[in-house]
Amino acid sequence: MPLIEKAQLMSAPEIDRTLHRLAHEIVEKSGGTKHLALIGIRRRGVPLAQRIAQAMRGIDGVEVPVGTLDITLYRDDLSKVAPQAVLHSSDIPFSVDDKDVVLVDDVLYTGRTVRAAMNGLFDLGRPRRIRLCVLIDRGHREMPIEASFVGRAVQTSDTEIIEVRLREIDKEDRVVLVDRTG
Amino acid sequence: MTHRFRDLLALEPLSAAELSFLLEQSRPFQEIQRHPLKKLATLRGKTVALAFFENSTRTRISFGAAAARLGADTMNLQAEASSVKKGESLLDTVHTLDAMKPDCLVMRHAASGAPEFVARHLEIPVVNAGDGTHEHPSQGLLDALTIRDRKGRIENLNVTILGDIQHSRVARSNIHLLGKFGCRFTLCGPAMWVPQELEKIGPPGAVIRRTARIDEALDGADVIIVLRVQSERLHEPALPLDDYVLLYQLNAERLRRARKDAIVLHPGPMNRGIEISPEVADGPQSCVLEQVTNGIAVRMAILYLLIGTPAEEAPQTTASSGEQTPAKARESTHASD
Repeated sequence: MPLIEKAQLMSAPEIDRTLHRLAHEIVEKSGGTKHLALIGIRRRGVPLAQRIAQAMRGIDGVEVPVGTLDITLYRDDLSKVAPQAVLHSSDIPFSVDDKDVVLVDDVLYTGRTVRAAMNGLFDLGRPRRIRLCVLIDRGHREMPIEASFVGRAVQTSDTEIIEVRLREIDKEDRVVLVDRTG
Repeated sequence: MTHRFRDLLALEPLSAAELSFLLEQSRPFQEIQRHPLKKLATLRGKTVALAFFENSTRTRISFGAAAARLGADTMNLQAEASSVKKGESLLDTVHTLDAMKPDCLVMRHAASGAPEFVARHLEIPVVNAGDGTHEHPSQGLLDALTIRDRKGRIENLNVTILGDIQHSRVARSNIHLLGKFGCRFTLCGPAMWVPQELEKIGPPGAVIRRTARIDEALDGADVIIVLRVQSERLHEPALPLDDYVLLYQLNAERLRRARKDAIVLHPGPMNRGIEISPEVADGPQSCVLEQVTNGIAVRMAILYLLIGTPAEEAPQTTASSGEQTPAKARESTHASD
């Protein structure tokens, strides 16, 4: 299956700027950061959550706890999981009870990952509020789910793939639009 | 990791990489044991048949809890109350169970090799929950998990196994697993329970020595696995229970011969005051309750792997319509969103 890179949607400095903007938006719209917590959805939501938390430190020294959520066990499409999908641990070193949680992920597409993440979160406790922050919203929702904080909304077709490449995992910071033909 | 675990019948044929994979997959399930809400919906609608042709309480409850916490239902067959007592053959019994359409069969049997025999006749995955004196794979895995949590590793440890090793499937699974990670074994017990051929049961290159003297066996031990004394077996060649206690009980004084940070495992149920003294069983080096907790995690990982991940598919059929990411570079957690 040939994959053709069609366009670059974001460069490294653009990703950086966007994450800083998202950090400001979250702080601004949270009415206080006392209960705020960021939870990155594995895999690329994790470095994004950490970078947003880092950016928040630059805003009046706001210190926000960061956790990691693996949603494999909460998916509704087990039959589509690659055989022997590797499970990872979630790592949420704080109680989510009464927290103002912001879930962080790279791409919002069908909404199924977010649904699974919310199920996972409720097994850990009862957050006061859950909002969603994504770097890219590409449309095509299959669930009544929307993001509160969006880096960039992009119109896409079904055959297109958005690849968010992050230096922590992919050794470069770049968002590209790829087409799957054939 | 490309190997498909179709069944889990024994640890002996598994490679170190496959065993590490199974242990690694148990980690997220260990974490779930600490959640306030321990129930997942991952295997909702699936059914696990538990067929225990030999008595078991903890293993059956542990597999049952593992299935329940994954959201699966269970069907229970207990030999005592079953048609087995009325003379039905093993194969007829499991075919009957299979006709009730479970998604997996967990079975224990007094005959070594019975689960393997059954697996050859069934399409669904079969998990060996202990067969005769052959293996008890989930126990071997949960012991390794417990050791890794406490010692930080399972490589190159001195492992001492005390008791009736000859009749112990737990000891065999321990040796087959830990032996692949360079552990050295000392087997200790009355001579009739530690025959010479046990020196050859490990994987190639595994160092297994035998001794009848417990002090010698404990010298330098990192891990001590105490086996249950099955008193009905004590009288095969007669050894009075009092003598066993005198010669082989793991007590606090003897434990001091092992390394300071040595840990003590027991597959349960324990005979307090026989193979293990109460102070050791309840002491800081004892891991018996962690073993029980880890047992559920390991069994969740096994059931998830055998039932929750799809049956073997031809590799060229990349059924990926509607998935956002190319499978090659990205993790499966991301496949649908």
